[in-house]
Amino acid sequence: MSQTAKSVASMKPGEMGIIAGFTDDFLATKLMEMGCLPGASVRFNFAAPFGDPVCISVLGYELSLRLDEASTISILN
Amino acid sequence: MATSHKPIIALVGNPNSGKSSLFNHLTGLNQKVGNFPGVTVEKKSGFSQIDGLGNTEIIDLPGIYSIYPRSLDEQIVAEVLLNHNEPTSPQKIVVVVDATNMKRGLLLLTQIIDLGLPTVLAINMMDLAAKAGISYDFIKLSQKLGVDVIPINARKGEGIEQLKKAIATCDNKKNQTIYQLPQEASEPILVVRQHLGLDNNYEAYQFLQQPKSLDFLSKENQKWLDEVRQRSAIHSGKFQGAETILRYSYIQDLLQSATLKPADDSWKKSSFKLDRILTHKVWGYLIFFVVLFLVFQAVFAWASYPMDFIDGLFADFGNWLSATLPDGALTKLLAEGIVPGLGGIVMFVPQIAILFAFISILEESGYMARVVFLMDKIMRKFGLNGKSVVPLLSGMACAIPAIMATRTIDNWKERTITILVTPLMSCSARIPIFTILIALIVPDTTALYFFNLQGLALMGLYLLGFFAALVSAYIMKKIIRVQERSFLMMELPTYRLPKASNVGLTLVEKTKSFVLEAGKIILAISVVLWVLASYGPSDKLEKAEEYVMQETANMRLTEQGLQDRIAAYKLENSYAGVIGKAIEPVIKPLGYDWKIGIALLTSFAAREVFVGTMATIYSIGSVDADDQQTIKSRMQSEINAETGEPRFTPAVGLSLLVFYTFAMQCMSTIAVVYRETKGWKWPMIQLAYMTTLAYVSAFIVFQIFS
Repeated sequence: MSQTAKSVASMKPGEMGIIAGFTDDFLATKLMEMGCLPGASVRFNFAAPFGDPVCISVLGYELSLRLDEASTISILN
Repeated sequence: MATSHKPIIALVGNPNSGKSSLFNHLTGLNQKVGNFPGVTVEKKSGFSQIDGLGNTEIIDLPGIYSIYPRSLDEQIVAEVLLNHNEPTSPQKIVVVVDATNMKRGLLLLTQIIDLGLPTVLAINMMDLAAKAGISYDFIKLSQKLGVDVIPINARKGEGIEQLKKAIATCDNKKNQTIYQLPQEASEPILVVRQHLGLDNNYEAYQFLQQPKSLDFLSKENQKWLDEVRQRSAIHSGKFQGAETILRYSYIQDLLQSATLKPADDSWKKSSFKLDRILTHKVWGYLIFFVVLFLVFQAVFAWASYPMDFIDGLFADFGNWLSATLPDGALTKLLAEGIVPGLGGIVMFVPQIAILFAFISILEESGYMARVVFLMDKIMRKFGLNGKSVVPLLSGMACAIPAIMATRTIDNWKERTITILVTPLMSCSARIPIFTILIALIVPDTTALYFFNLQGLALMGLYLLGFFAALVSAYIMKKIIRVQERSFLMMELPTYRLPKASNVGLTLVEKTKSFVLEAGKIILAISVVLWVLASYGPSDKLEKAEEYVMQETANMRLTEQGLQDRIAAYKLENSYAGVIGKAIEPVIKPLGYDWKIGIALLTSFAAREVFVGTMATIYSIGSVDADDQQTIKSRMQSEINAETGEPRFTPAVGLSLLVFYTFAMQCMSTIAVVYRETKGWKWPMIQLAYMTTLAYVSAFIVFQIFS
């Protein structure tokens, strides 16, 4: 398996993925409360002009988060 | 349930769920801002007439995502919901959920239901849900959740009557539990319930999970809870994650069975299109600057008329008082201390109102979230937050509303740094000082064919303040160390047209709380300053008239000229004058004499007083700050007794300019920082660092140029 943790941070605009897990426990609890649940589908919408923060769609709404935070969400796709 | 007290209902919900719209509809103008007992954070509440309950207090709690707190706002909500022992604790809860965003809102609802308080679910934004083609089976939802479910449209006031009925009748007889607490926790929960006399498992579990953030608990109990927690190995992170997953899976099942027609994202298309432009790397910033420009125009140009009017009104009233009331100390205090002090507060109202109207429009429309999104990366480099942009820019109008606008920043450190550096942005009160000093030392000529040199100097001072703010923020970022991780995680809400009544009520509420809270302190301080400037240690003040008459007997002064000289003599011999002379050694290295010292002292209350004091002290025509031409020529002809040269050399002028750019010469700002940070620590630190910065910079400038 060459799947060395692709994260939300490395997604391209318009790309869809399924959340697999988290690499940071502290952020994981917050992210899950915001609806980033393992198994949920996530869509990368766009990034801010300097590439950070980014905007994703999850749980039916638009969430913006910093690149650092996005990189702790690993995805399958 | 305590029926002897007035019924209290709390509104709880996610940010952007339309909770405030509902609050405004329930209470109208009948709102007040106070403090929660024991918790030093603002409580927004109002009253509503509900059949069956009577006059009911409605509390609007800050928007939260979960009962597990991560920001100060959320901690407050957790405390209010978990503390049932105060007479001011809410007895019933209304959870407000966005109909187009149900899952995330229901997470919070399931937590509240588990706490066992009588709860009503208000599903808001039904108009948007209809537009999006979503529909739910409310009866099924209500049966499964065990609470009343009321669809509403808070913006239009639809469903409010049904909601009120549900509030009046709801109880917690069903005593539903949604989340089965982990096995490991059952024994410690029992212990906690017995020890603290709690009647709900989930409540006891929350006590165990977050004893440190519940300030209403005694230190002993906090320590005891922490021990129980350690012993039973309840690790908050791990359990909390599992809880969230279980709750969401419950919600998933629930909505599966109660959703008649799910949403597709097609209704958001126009919002997505708008985002392509508004967060574009070129257009996004361009549009942001146009918006800024408009806000500035409004705050500077529109506010100046009512401000001048208010200023004049209070001045006339003061004059009228001193002319009408019998001569005496009390009349003087009233006419020269309290009335101008009050005027100084009320004068800020137009600027605050206009600024908050704009901020509220930008927030309601959803655009503010995009500005934060655009600026976050840049601001973070300086220890600030994307959300710091608004206060920093507002600070160029007036630091007072700007500091009030920092409340949106969740991260404590970033908020504190924003508060600390905001007064470095050159506010409108600095303009009179800058104008007169620049006119004094910078020639009115053009450079590079079309740039006016004086205009360039003024712009330079604004930039100086801005860069000082950034550099200070950067240094504070390195100095202030806290165990709080910064994160953004912010919803980008769908764009909506702002609603006029919401904007209006926000404006009224903010302005009212400014006038009442900051006003008390400003008033007290202006009275003290008045006393210092009006009384002196010796009897010279009483004999001022006599003395000046003698002195100037053969000068053939006009009546006005004589009065001005008397005023100047009085000021010189007042406590303020004495202090001015006492601090002369300290300010001498900056190139100032005791006269400028008095101006520094009196303008400590408000920097714009500088010009007025200069006018009094150099006894020029009536103290009319607008008459800058005369003040300027007077200051120009002032001679430095030691050197025989003019007093205001370019070096002194530059030194003063730099001093006023950096110095925190504004009591109102100190008052508002005190209010916003809930203590004297930060305003004092701010005063110290800004004064040091001002002093050292002015010293360096004077030594280089003289």
